[in-house]
Amino acid sequence: MTSPERPAAQAVAVAGLPCLLDPSGAIFVPGLSILVVADLHLEKGSAFARRGSLLPPYDSQATIAALADTVGFYRPEIVVALGDSFHDRRGPERLGSPERAGLARLVGGCRWIWVTGNHDPVLPPSIGGEVAADWRLGSLVLRHHPEAGGRTELAGHLHPVAKVVLYGRGVRARAFLTDGERCVLPAFGAYAGGLNACDRAFAPLFPDGFTAHVIGRNRIFAIPGSVLCRD
Amino acid sequence: MADLIVVEGGAEPDIRMLELGQDLPLAGHMGALSMPAIYGLIRDHRTTLVFTNTRFQAEFTFQELWRLNDEVLPIAIHHGSLDVEQRRKVEAAMAAGRLKAVVCTATLDLGIDWGDVDLVVNVGAPKGASRIMQRIGRANHRLDEPSKAYLAPTNRFEILECRAALDAVAVAAQDTPDARSGALDVLAQHVLGRACAGPFELSAFYDEVRQAAPYRDLPYEDFEAAVDFVATGGYALRAYERFAKIARGPDGLWRIRDGRVAQQYRLNVGTIVAGTMLKVRLGRSAGPGKPLVPRRGRVLGEVEEGFCETMSPGDTFVFAGETLRFEAIHEDEALVTRAPPGTDPMIPSYAGSKFPLSTFLAARVRALLADPAEWDRLPMGADQWLRQQSRRSLIPAAGDLLIETFPRQKRHYLVAFPFEGRLAHQTLGMLLTRRLERARLRPLGFVANDYGIAAWCIGDVGARAKADPAFLPDLFGEDMLGDDLEDWFDESAMMKRTFRDCAVIAGLIERRHPGQEKTRRQMTVSTDLVYDVLRRHEPGHLLLRAARQDAATGLLDVKRLGQMLSRIRGRIRHKPLDRVSPLAVSLILEIGRERVFGEAADDILAEAEAMLLEEALA
Repeated sequence: MTSPERPAAQAVAVAGLPCLLDPSGAIFVPGLSILVVADLHLEKGSAFARRGSLLPPYDSQATIAALADTVGFYRPEIVVALGDSFHDRRGPERLGSPERAGLARLVGGCRWIWVTGNHDPVLPPSIGGEVAADWRLGSLVLRHHPEAGGRTELAGHLHPVAKVVLYGRGVRARAFLTDGERCVLPAFGAYAGGLNACDRAFAPLFPDGFTAHVIGRNRIFAIPGSVLCRD
Repeated sequence: MADLIVVEGGAEPDIRMLELGQDLPLAGHMGALSMPAIYGLIRDHRTTLVFTNTRFQAEFTFQELWRLNDEVLPIAIHHGSLDVEQRRKVEAAMAAGRLKAVVCTATLDLGIDWGDVDLVVNVGAPKGASRIMQRIGRANHRLDEPSKAYLAPTNRFEILECRAALDAVAVAAQDTPDARSGALDVLAQHVLGRACAGPFELSAFYDEVRQAAPYRDLPYEDFEAAVDFVATGGYALRAYERFAKIARGPDGLWRIRDGRVAQQYRLNVGTIVAGTMLKVRLGRSAGPGKPLVPRRGRVLGEVEEGFCETMSPGDTFVFAGETLRFEAIHEDEALVTRAPPGTDPMIPSYAGSKFPLSTFLAARVRALLADPAEWDRLPMGADQWLRQQSRRSLIPAAGDLLIETFPRQKRHYLVAFPFEGRLAHQTLGMLLTRRLERARLRPLGFVANDYGIAAWCIGDVGARAKADPAFLPDLFGEDMLGDDLEDWFDESAMMKRTFRDCAVIAGLIERRHPGQEKTRRQMTVSTDLVYDVLRRHEPGHLLLRAARQDAATGLLDVKRLGQMLSRIRGRIRHKPLDRVSPLAVSLILEIGRERVFGEAADDILAEAEAMLLEEALA
């Protein structure tokens, strides 16, 4: 499943741990063979359809295909999904059968940890894997909701995107935000929108500023948080 | 039925160019030089309508006229962004004959015939013969007296355009654009509306829809696809049968599922998707030194959210005829205060006219340009300007395309003058930069106006054109409307914007209503993401077709660009120069005041990244 023209990942250290920031939005920790993804928001499309917005019913398919591609590339021993893996509690039961089978293949292929999030506080045993409130790698905590304070962590929840404007032209793209101690991952899901990195929700997490690793078309760009723009 | 009475004759319109005793600038659209003359005309007439092409131009003109208004003539302003109450007041004062002049935009083009208007002044480019006739027609409704009007160009190109428009009016030529065919997103909204009104039978409804002229030729398959879209989204993957909004009952009639569908319809009905607007409210402080109290004070009108986001607190701008100080954005309102008297407003950048130069007028401008014998009729420096152009570069024959190349400030410029209107030129610029990229000339950006485009590269585009005679004909080849257009089209931000509008009109996503919080990202979905997923999984979907049709006609003018490329085949005149030509200056001057276009998302990120390195090394 590896694609030959896959854009290169960017190496950074979070809390001293060497990590690869993948253009898919995932983080791979090579030394421990762990792949981390955040905010898959599976079945967001059907959650909207239930309320009368009949969005194209291909988001779970697209998200699972991207996940399979990334897992196939790194072949990790452990995958940690950092919460909000489903858009709502009823998400797992709405999953179509091809998507259900595709997800089961992934979950069955390695050790799979579902960290719970605010959208999916409970996950049914039928989806396989292990369910946990967080996951620890030494001093580094993997959790859904980032917590301000001196802790080192990998987290999701906020869906960061970075906006860069130069010479009157703007680019808005998903981004990893990190200060070397904490990293907030972009949302992985096909319909998961974004929150501008300049939003005040990020400020308490990075009191000394952050670098945004912005996912471009052909590679990842490291851009200082201070030059980013609001929407 | 009443008899049709044809009236012969009637007075010819008395319409002329507003000539000043000095030359007009090479670029710019504000017409500051003309203001004293316009003020004089207002003073000497009973009631004057001053038309402008944009709201910003209207605000600027109004400000300038009042700066000159030593006699305190009653001059008012009227445009679509002003508060309704304020507009009604102006209209009432006009009808009562209490105003000497009204500065207005296209909102007063049609149908409003109040007051005893005896003069019309049109500031800026006329853009089309029919448009200018319509505006002139606002003056003097007595059949036996002429309508009196002045055209006031604001730069040298507009002198040519005004001259061409005057010639067109003299022969009563019309250039009303063709009516467009019915859009599929609008049809989808109508289908749901019809179902909300009561049960319908499919084939009878089809016949009914085709009675509307824009849908006369609607294929049954498209009609059916629209009904299917409304029912379950119209996807090949039939995942939403259980969420169907409308369904066919056992009696063969289609009905809405329940009352909630009708409620949702009513909240989202309408086919105009405006950019999010903010109310401009004159803030009131609770006391000296205290902060402004939201929701108190007078509402002056509305501005685009994007406009406010370019401002910082303390910036001043002109709106509703006043210089205002921007204070803050509070929910859906921009809070402002009156700036102290004498404050220089930071006038917002001129976004240009929304109406592109008509095909008909463009052909007349090209003919005028190509014939030096006609230049004597061009006042205010335009004739010298063209004579300099013919000495320093060349004047293209009416059917030819002039392309100039020259170096300037470490960049290599390519400038072309097709005279096909802003939209067609923007599309041309997007496609040309892709091709220049492929030719490894490293284009950096381009600007377009109604008359031409200028693109700049790191690579020496002039040297390439000189060395290879096939280079420019290939670059401007008609095949750019094939794969290049397709490739760019689907990726472009413009296409995503069009898709969003179609998605709202067709009812795929709900409108954002005033007062709704902006940051509820979990509750909303970005149509850009939906667009990407739909394009990959169902490229032929009804909504994508609707968006492509909309963009091709309304935003890209693809048809006109195609006609131009075929017209200039074998007729490209390349002029390599060592510096910028008189004609090209007017385009180059637009850089910095017009938005610069280009794709190159990764280039912008790479430059921003380089800034970090500089910071680290400093």
